[in-house]
Amino acid sequence: MKQLVNLFVSVLVLSAVLLFATYRLNASEGYSGGNTLTIFNWGDYIDPDLIAEFEEQTGITVIYQTFDSNEAMMTKIEQGGTTFDISVPSDYAISKMKEDRLLLPIDHAKLPNLKHIDPRFMNLSFDPDNAYSIPYFWGTVGVVYNRELVGDHEFTSWNELWDPALHNDILLVDGAREVMGMGLNSLGYSLNDKNEEHLQEAKRKLNELTPNVKAIVGDEIKMLLANEEAAAGVVWSGDAAEMMWENENLDYVVPEEGSNVWFDNMVIPTTAKNIEGAHEFINFMLDPEIAARNTEYVGYSTPNAAALALLPEDISGDERFYPAPELTDKLEVYDNLGKRMLSHYNELFLEFKMHRK
Amino acid sequence: MTKSRNLFLVPYLAWMVLFVVAPIVLIAYYSLFDVDGRFTFDNYTKFLSPVYLQMTLNSFWYALLITVFSLLVAYPTAYFLTRTKHKSLWLLLIIVPSWINLLLKAYAFIGIFGTYGFANKVLELAGIGTKQILFTDFSFVFVSVYIFIPFMILPVYNALDELNPSLIYASRDLGASPWLTFRKVVFPLTLEGVKAGCQAVFIPALSLFMITRLIAGNRVITLGTAIEQHFLVTQDWGMGSAIAVVLIIAMAVIMILTGSGKRGALHGSQ
Repeated sequence: MKQLVNLFVSVLVLSAVLLFATYRLNASEGYSGGNTLTIFNWGDYIDPDLIAEFEEQTGITVIYQTFDSNEAMMTKIEQGGTTFDISVPSDYAISKMKEDRLLLPIDHAKLPNLKHIDPRFMNLSFDPDNAYSIPYFWGTVGVVYNRELVGDHEFTSWNELWDPALHNDILLVDGAREVMGMGLNSLGYSLNDKNEEHLQEAKRKLNELTPNVKAIVGDEIKMLLANEEAAAGVVWSGDAAEMMWENENLDYVVPEEGSNVWFDNMVIPTTAKNIEGAHEFINFMLDPEIAARNTEYVGYSTPNAAALALLPEDISGDERFYPAPELTDKLEVYDNLGKRMLSHYNELFLEFKMHRK
Repeated sequence: MTKSRNLFLVPYLAWMVLFVVAPIVLIAYYSLFDVDGRFTFDNYTKFLSPVYLQMTLNSFWYALLITVFSLLVAYPTAYFLTRTKHKSLWLLLIIVPSWINLLLKAYAFIGIFGTYGFANKVLELAGIGTKQILFTDFSFVFVSVYIFIPFMILPVYNALDELNPSLIYASRDLGASPWLTFRKVVFPLTLEGVKAGCQAVFIPALSLFMITRLIAGNRVITLGTAIEQHFLVTQDWGMGSAIAVVLIIAMAVIMILTGSGKRGALHGSQ
């Protein structure tokens, strides 16, 4: 009994000490109120030096929090409770948040640096006239492959993944849209196709891929491919860049039949308190010099034309991450298919996962 | 007297209603609506489609495998534990790994089982050569068994510890072989502990999800995986709830089938 009491007392004391320490730390860093800005971003998706610079320039204290999926982020914002002044959802999530009235309109007059964004990345289907969102980074879905392990494949076509020589040697990212999209694209259909026959055909085609699929995984795919656990993988370009830094044998390609192009845009959610500061932050991130530094740090593709011009040729000229217009024209954004169709895509993806070798 | 006693019941009843009854009722309620929020029984008809029935079969099959292997490892372990000198030390050593976060353990196994991991190095040295271990049925069952073993050992250990040794001596004195003694005396007397252990393993194993992706690479799809998908990705809460309702019913049936008799094993030794 006495031990039990001791246990509880020590837990309580420890908690109290930690609480006090947190409070003191926050107070000493100026988090206790006043001019703060809470940013909710993907993990490792900004150059931390830039946050310090922004704080210095504006006198605003930044509180930085991270999330690891659009769904988790949306759930947290929907619940309210926490003040988030800025978030960075992807295209389809923006469309959904708009539908659910979770976004505040953005005042373009307060963003003089908006003119630097390449018009190609403005006014896209998920947010006409960029009323609610401003481009941050963009990328594609493609194939990462290990030159040493795949023979003479270059994956200019999705269909090369079906080669029996790659038996049990392919990793797929665990996303219904990505994998179904790959199936549809490999047949020459749109990755937003709603035609039932096309979808069934895509699923049958994916079932034939099963013998080659070693695993369908989440974020671990970066670690697994960098460790040469498999010869090739279907991934997002940003993850590909990260893997290629770790393993020189890896290369990335977007197959010619077309693929997905995605956009992560900055938005101001309805939970925002510091709307003025949020605009200041967005404008700061749009500054060509700042955006260029951020791009060098993060490694994704920047939509900022002026920033791209400032980047060294080996980044800006890399066609794997800044594909030529002939290819980008074939890339498609995920449409918000609506709950019913999305659920059907997931159902088909589940059936594909269930298909055994 | 009875009145004040009833008053003491209020917090417990409130707890039960708020955190046990209400969530189950909510799940049952949600399971009757489709993605567009219309009232329907479609989720249950969908559950009867081959895809979900196959998934149910898979879940039960793997949960059964995990339970059987856990028991096979745990029973002898528990038995030897009761014979050792420093019982509580050994017991502690078995429990300590369960203090480590499940995800961390899963990630560690990715490293151990990988193509260039420790397990394959050993196979290589043994002259067997590199094999695919990660993302197979074997790795899935192995890691799950590893995770669940403490839950099986504890009740079995308690049951064995309570067993009066004179019963074993008596059996041996009367000429029973060790195997016969085990079959006719030890095992029947520890059956309650085995049942409790099987429940503690089988039921959570039915709804495993993270490991199906991390260790089995989504080559094993259980009902738990499907629930996670429906709630987090598809946002088809209706279908997710319908699967959950089926699981709850299945678990209740298992509890009723295995839960009869006294529960001495769960109380353990004082």
